[in-house]
Amino acid sequence: MKPVMIVDYGLGNLGSVARAVRFLGAEPVISGDPALLLDAERVILPGVGAFGVAMENLKRLDLVAPLKQYAASDRPLLGICLGMQLFMEESTEGDLHAGLGLIPGRVVRLQEERQRGIKVPHIGWSGLEPDGREWSGTVLDGLHPGDALYFVHSYYVQPRNDGDILACTTYGDARFCSVIARGALVGCQAHPEKSSGPGLKVLGNFLDVHQH
Amino acid sequence: MIRIIPRLDIKGPNVVKGVNLEGMRVVGRPELFAPHYYDEGADELLFMDTVASLYGRNTLDEIVHRTAERMFVPLTVSGGIRSVQDIRGVLRAGADKVAMNTAAIANPRLVAEGAEHFGSQCIVLSIEARRLPGGRYECLTDGGRERTGKDAIEWAEEAAGLGAGEILATSVDNEGTGRGFDLELTRLISERVGVPVIASGGAGCAEHVRDVVLIGKADAVCIASILHYGCLEAMKNVAYAEEGNTDFLKKKIPVSSRSAHNRRGIQPIRLAELKQSLADWGIEVRRTEREAA
Repeated sequence: MKPVMIVDYGLGNLGSVARAVRFLGAEPVISGDPALLLDAERVILPGVGAFGVAMENLKRLDLVAPLKQYAASDRPLLGICLGMQLFMEESTEGDLHAGLGLIPGRVVRLQEERQRGIKVPHIGWSGLEPDGREWSGTVLDGLHPGDALYFVHSYYVQPRNDGDILACTTYGDARFCSVIARGALVGCQAHPEKSSGPGLKVLGNFLDVHQH
Repeated sequence: MIRIIPRLDIKGPNVVKGVNLEGMRVVGRPELFAPHYYDEGADELLFMDTVASLYGRNTLDEIVHRTAERMFVPLTVSGGIRSVQDIRGVLRAGADKVAMNTAAIANPRLVAEGAEHFGSQCIVLSIEARRLPGGRYECLTDGGRERTGKDAIEWAEEAAGLGAGEILATSVDNEGTGRGFDLELTRLISERVGVPVIASGGAGCAEHVRDVVLIGKADAVCIASILHYGCLEAMKNVAYAEEGNTDFLKKKIPVSSRSAHNRRGIQPIRLAELKQSLADWGIEVRRTEREAA
């Protein structure tokens, strides 16, 4: 089995994702090599930071086309946090930025309401809620509605097709899409690698997909 | 959900606990406490290098590295971080965030540079404040030893503007005393800044945690003494390294006799018990499967 490629494009703490992958018994490789990506069997696109900077880095490292090509081949791809947001067509973070366009929809900002204690960024543990789709057989297999993951974000994805939404999370007045799944493409707004038992279950499910 | 963050004050190889950030007594090895708290549902862990500001960085990176290998919740390291290079080193060791006090006050640009390099989510501004006559709060540095003349509330707002993603507000007056959090300090900062505020210093019982959430408007709560002594109660033999003030452990003061702690206002509690109490008071906390079962 080939190692799980964790895409290194100069943003985020990749070590924690690698540690979780290793803990779950898979072999991670941290790399920004487009050739390796095209040849990979399982890829994680992590990321924290700014959407525009992330896309710039992906372009500079010649990773945009390989990522699209990889995703088009229906091989498992997990986007974490900003990595998930990059799947979308565009983001309103700062100026309007084009994303990878793997999933129809956009990325918008959470609304702050300081008086009610609704702060942005949203930092902390929040529950996952079903949104019409069954979780069994997906990356959320074995999780229960309300199981909490650790979030750190100011923006969230708005997929155009409800069918792409696997779970939602409520923060303040916003009920946003927190897990997206379309074919072999999975996006998680929270950090499964920092989300204790439920998070490891999400990662473990992703690592198991298509393995039997 | 309100985050409960056990705080491990590290001195050399041991976890220590003092009062007002001073008089550190060894309570055991970090390898003892960290897994215990992880298993009990800690939402994050905070490692504070208690002497780093005074003597430079020590072996905390190694402790964090070992912890990060098998504990999958956010880890924050505080103490002795002076440069972007220091931040990078701590993150590489396995931390997710750094909390800075002394260096940030000396060089506020470090907050901005840290946020630019690693993202705001990595940068926690640590404020160690004491209340002045008249109700103002002054920032202290170097483990509560040095005065700065800097207003804590204004500094919190300034640092959030520079890119700090969270504010860790420690009351030096209340730290380790068990007489409760400084609700006013927490509330003033929480109402002033748009980023989450972590209250620290003074928890003596579950009611204090409740109050700092409901009255102090804390988004997260750092707790040391009551959890440490709760953890020690749950254990028979405590591993510790022969360094620092180990009298407390040597004398085998019966940690089960709560009265000994009550004199200082510290009522030991297990993390799971604390979360249960908070939930009973209507405060949303993360419950782990084991608790729910």
